[in-house]
Amino acid sequence: MLSVVEPPVVVRVSGVSKRFTVRKDSSIKERIVTLGRAGRRHREDFWALRDVTLDIHAGTTIGLIGHNGSGKSTLLKVIGGIIDPTTGEVSQRGRLAALLELGAGFHPDLTGRENVYLNASVLGLSREETDEKFDDIVQFSGIADFIDTQVKFYSSGMYVRLAFAVAVHTDPDILLVDEVLAVGDEAFQRKCLDKIRTFQQEGRTIIIVSHSLGQITELCDRAVLLNRGDVVYDGDPASAVAAFRDILETRRLAERSETEEPATPEGVVIETTAVVVGREPGSSVRFGDDLEITARVRSSERLEDWLCAIQVDNTMGQKVLGTDTRRLGMDLPPLHGEASVTFILKGSTFGEGKYFVNTSFMDSASRHIHDLPQAASFDAEPYARITGALRVDDAAVEVRFAADAS
Amino acid sequence: MRTVGAASGFGIGRTWSSLRDVLAHREMLDLLIRRDLKSRYKDSTLGFFWSLARPLLQLAIYFVVVGQFLQAARGIPDFAVYIFAGLTAIGLFTEITVGATGSILGNSGLVKKVYVPREVFPLASVGSALFNFGIQLIVLLAATVVVLKPPLHLQLLYFFPSLALIVVFGTALGLLFSALNVYLRDVQYLVELGTMLLFWASPVVYSWQMVSTSIHSPILLGIYTANPLTLAVIGFQHAFWVAGDGAAQPDHLLLRMAIALLVGLVLLFVSHRVFLRLQGNFAQEM
Repeated sequence: MLSVVEPPVVVRVSGVSKRFTVRKDSSIKERIVTLGRAGRRHREDFWALRDVTLDIHAGTTIGLIGHNGSGKSTLLKVIGGIIDPTTGEVSQRGRLAALLELGAGFHPDLTGRENVYLNASVLGLSREETDEKFDDIVQFSGIADFIDTQVKFYSSGMYVRLAFAVAVHTDPDILLVDEVLAVGDEAFQRKCLDKIRTFQQEGRTIIIVSHSLGQITELCDRAVLLNRGDVVYDGDPASAVAAFRDILETRRLAERSETEEPATPEGVVIETTAVVVGREPGSSVRFGDDLEITARVRSSERLEDWLCAIQVDNTMGQKVLGTDTRRLGMDLPPLHGEASVTFILKGSTFGEGKYFVNTSFMDSASRHIHDLPQAASFDAEPYARITGALRVDDAAVEVRFAADAS
Repeated sequence: MRTVGAASGFGIGRTWSSLRDVLAHREMLDLLIRRDLKSRYKDSTLGFFWSLARPLLQLAIYFVVVGQFLQAARGIPDFAVYIFAGLTAIGLFTEITVGATGSILGNSGLVKKVYVPREVFPLASVGSALFNFGIQLIVLLAATVVVLKPPLHLQLLYFFPSLALIVVFGTALGLLFSALNVYLRDVQYLVELGTMLLFWASPVVYSWQMVSTSIHSPILLGIYTANPLTLAVIGFQHAFWVAGDGAAQPDHLLLRMAIALLVGLVLLFVSHRVFLRLQGNFAQEM
């Protein structure tokens, strides 16, 4: 193997733990009444982070994932210096900008112009630097007409645009992003993502917290999975996302076993299989193959009107295909006992990758009686000519080139 | 690489490095002060006039009620100038302490979302209080000219140690209470009560001479006079109230001021320490 010089570490998190103390009293009277020993009972310790150690190298884009309350936002705040860790230390080099909330510190009574200067200085820009970039900022935001209006008269879209424009013009070496990519309209989101990609190309370090797992696998080259304050996985984003799905599934099962019976006990999906017609079980799907997806369902009571749905997702959790018996124009006979519904997908056009099948058992009003997520999976064979979820025939794509005469 | 967050370590070094951090953010401090001032009277027609309305009304009330009805003005020539000098001094202290106490909570949007040295928020309150104080001072000087007794005498120099006393004590208490207020919201109400108490515990609407004649115990009088605000108010009166030259005053006034200032600086250092200790958890307590 070639030895590659590792880029320098720009953020070092060493042995960081964070304890939150939850108090149930917050006025002097209550504090005094519950002073001393009794006070202990009014406190609850909660470890949001436990001995987290990370080295982040320059130029990487790293995603922090985990369910709500797993400590990922706390970790981001510790890295940003907004919260001090209980034990451990975070060190960092270069200019750091935290996009934890767009427009934090915008003052409603000040004009857009005044807020640009204030917000830029909060993010670490000097007045001269802001003067220099002011026109770019206004142009990027696209609200030049309103720049001298008080921001309280702005629409929420204008507000976010201006805030984002300021944030990305602060020229940070390290960018912390917490869910802010989820705001604004689609065009604006694309603008944000384009800017993030530009940052990546310029070799800046980006740390993202997101619930959009698709975004994580798409943008990051490393992901850290947190669970109840512990780092559970650190490495390849796709594996981290897969591990996260496992955790979510375990939690879901645990929650269900707590609530014992499913909410509507009359029906369940027993199992789902995905079989490639004419091939060994477990072999990959090739272009043009037929795929049989069979759901076995059972109902303890007689169900007059019901339907069965399938959905195929890719590894990023995006829906690739979905259908149900009603859409396909089939009226299922009343169900009492067990039965199986088979969907045959003819002439597969799945692009390279792994796919998951979710099945749902629904009543006539499309209420979910029972779901079986990721009930089955299959692989589509690798193909060099085309990427993405859709594969087409070899002959379906050709490329031409014509040089303009000069 | 450098450690993230507020300055760590012990001893003087910690205070020093956090001071440097604040100094590095002075442009932001400047913008925060402007924001405070601009936003306060942004949509009012009379604007900054309102920051004067309060002390002027106070002046009128005390002049009539305390001075004439209660006859406190009898032994005090140019009673209006006398009161206004004291009001200006005590008003600065009140605005600094009360403003700073609420400053961290008032800026929670920033404190929770970005790292900036948190001292800038109480300091911005000090800054905007000083600005309003400046306007009042101009009015005070104008008043001395109107009564034909402009403070063109050596005692005007008392202004400087008095101002230093107010700023040092106000900032020290402001830093301390702003941090405590994040943890215990009761603090802001205590501070309001405290400033009211201090107003009446300083010779603003009565004279120190009245106190010294009615308190016979030298210890109690000593305690009364040791109040740094009493010293500052007396200093202001010395500086601007020319008609009072030769009025009774505590002996060794300058020495007392020097000692109080020293105590104030120690208090400021300690308060800043407490502030540094508490600020690590601000973001999660709000």
